[in-house]
Amino acid sequence: MSERLQTLLDGAFPDAKNVDVVDRTGGGDHFHVTVVSPRFEGLSLVDQHRLVYDALAEPLEDGTIHELRITTRGDA
Amino acid sequence: MSDLSDRIQETIDAEPVVAFIKGTHEQCMCGNSERALQALRSVGSSFTAVDVLPDPAIRQELSGLSSWPTIPQVFVGGELIGGADIVQELAATGDLEAKLNEKLGDSWRNGGEERTVAMTDRQDPFRVVG
Repeated sequence: MSERLQTLLDGAFPDAKNVDVVDRTGGGDHFHVTVVSPRFEGLSLVDQHRLVYDALAEPLEDGTIHELRITTRGDA
Repeated sequence: MSDLSDRIQETIDAEPVVAFIKGTHEQCMCGNSERALQALRSVGSSFTAVDVLPDPAIRQELSGLSSWPTIPQVFVGGELIGGADIVQELAATGDLEAKLNEKLGDSWRNGGEERTVAMTDRQDPFRVVG
């Protein structure tokens, strides 16, 4: 399941310096994703996380993701 | 807008600091909700909690209003400032206090008072439940 999230994030952030997906419990439903992308420059943390939620809308809606932790960073 | 949606929006507008969580401030049922409350407590902020668990419609209507898909959601002065990760990060960097000061002046400290209010149609929305 981590691979699915990784693919979705790689697709949504093609210019990302780093995209990392950690299955926190090994159960395939509690994830911590980290995205480092210049797209976040100048955006509030709320708007940065919204972009990640948009990328993961499908697994969030279909219940695949029970819990999601997000870390975002700009390019700097 | 449904009555519930109106009620949620009124609460967001009326409460200086409001956290929509799973559970109550005294009995939090979710690790992420607890992290958000702990972040608020770490800076000594008073807050009002809303339990989304009694009715799935609360979460649906809230997410429709806020364009934020997950719980918890923390609002300061009517503005969504984030979920657990952001509020925790803001608390760690000192930006949470800055945001509270910017939005609320000094009033947010107020002795670190905490309460939980109900939001379902079957109950008075401002009945203190915890």
